[in-house]
Amino acid sequence: MRYSAYSIFKQALSGNRLWKPAWREPEPMPHYDVIIVGGGGHGLSTAYYLAKEFGITNVAVIEKGYIGSGNVGRNTTIIRSNYMLEGNNPFYELSLQLWEGLEQDFNYNAMVSQRGVLNLFHSDGQRDAYARRGNGMRMHGVDAELLDREQVQRLAPYLNFDHARFPILGGLMQKRGGTVRHDAVAWGYARGADMRGVDIIQHCEVTGIRRENGVVTGVETTKGFIGCNKLALAAAGNTTTVGRMADLRLPIETHVLQAFVSEGLKPVIDQVITYGAGHFYISQSDKGGLVFGADIDYYSSYAQRGNLATVEHTMQEGVSLIPGLSRAKVLRAWGGVMDMSMDGSPIIDRTSIDNLYLNCGWCYGGFKATPASGFCFAHLIAKNETHHVSRFMRLDRFERGYVLDETGKGAQPNLH
Amino acid sequence: MASLITCPHCGTRPKEEFSIRGAALRRPDPAASDEVWQAYVYVRDNPKGRYQEYWHHAAGCRRWLVVERDNFSHEVFGVVDAGGAAETKSQARAGE
Repeated sequence: MRYSAYSIFKQALSGNRLWKPAWREPEPMPHYDVIIVGGGGHGLSTAYYLAKEFGITNVAVIEKGYIGSGNVGRNTTIIRSNYMLEGNNPFYELSLQLWEGLEQDFNYNAMVSQRGVLNLFHSDGQRDAYARRGNGMRMHGVDAELLDREQVQRLAPYLNFDHARFPILGGLMQKRGGTVRHDAVAWGYARGADMRGVDIIQHCEVTGIRRENGVVTGVETTKGFIGCNKLALAAAGNTTTVGRMADLRLPIETHVLQAFVSEGLKPVIDQVITYGAGHFYISQSDKGGLVFGADIDYYSSYAQRGNLATVEHTMQEGVSLIPGLSRAKVLRAWGGVMDMSMDGSPIIDRTSIDNLYLNCGWCYGGFKATPASGFCFAHLIAKNETHHVSRFMRLDRFERGYVLDETGKGAQPNLH
Repeated sequence: MASLITCPHCGTRPKEEFSIRGAALRRPDPAASDEVWQAYVYVRDNPKGRYQEYWHHAAGCRRWLVVERDNFSHEVFGVVDAGGAAETKSQARAGE
């Protein structure tokens, strides 16, 4: 069923009793052309674009929990393409362009809101760094605007401008950045893929990868063996665990990142604002809750829950930037497990096994990448060729010395 | 939640006093092959369960420690001084 104003009107006349579920719940078939492991944002968008753009519809997405139970429903919903490096910017810009047309494309209200992303700076050196980043963005044709203190003051008068240690000197604004309703992204892609024949198999855990003569023949799951011609991994924090089933050893370490939502407040924060003196980012959802987060917990963790010391640190950063935040109450906090890569950039590539494809290493920047990640991964799976905007995101870049380190922090996953 | 770490020199201390380096891998021999070095720098076992990490007691004795924890339950099994530590399991693995 296509969603439209007319469909809402028509369903209302029948008391909203005739809505159909947005996707089926099929039992797995014995064999698929492509199996995607991981029913998160990236796995679902991969399935969607495989079916829609590349005509491969005999596809299964296998998810051990329910779709949207992982990081696609656990992030702070920010979209942006304010990357500097040549290997990153065109990829994230493709993603932003896909976000801009996404709702019409998959006929689902994902509440894409281009409210602007503002990165604050607090020193002359940081201003130079952001000016450089903004220039890098503009050279790639992406919008970026360097705001001075007065311009930031007009946008967000409640910030702590005269902080004794970290005064706000200005900010780098990307107006096309913003937020998206994260759950709706998973649901929209799931529905769009399902409509085109993709089987979304929930509560089905992959327990093994079967190989014969050096190629993958299928996966062992809690619902039995399922065969495939091509296997694609999009398992985020569990990438290493799944990869090990095919003897892959990967440049990934799993960490937990927390996020927080306050009680609903009247509209106050119009943009996404990031704190340059810490690593704090905040926006306000359409429901009124302040959505914010900061650093990962720094130690390796597979638990979807975080440490109180990091909660305290996040709150301190928030209050340092927005003193009024101290009066808001936090309603919910949650953790997601991240596939932190060794250079802070993702991997979309083939592997040493001919029909095994890998999508991982999103650190905690995966949400904004959901459309482009799915598009480029589907391109790779369908054509056995890398999409040109993801050509730097190779698995062998570490051994070849072509790391894609946006922040220049080196091979330490907990710093990216 | 790994909130308290028992430093062999300072006793039980809150985790905020420590900074975390990451996997406790043994540094390869300087003359080791490129493959061994690239595995040391970039590849991680990343197991779900027992894991050994280098923690630095930055706000305490400033010694490097090896903390062995479960990275799912967050139980801490042991903390030893990195300098005096016998070869730990993951160190032995890295040296293979």
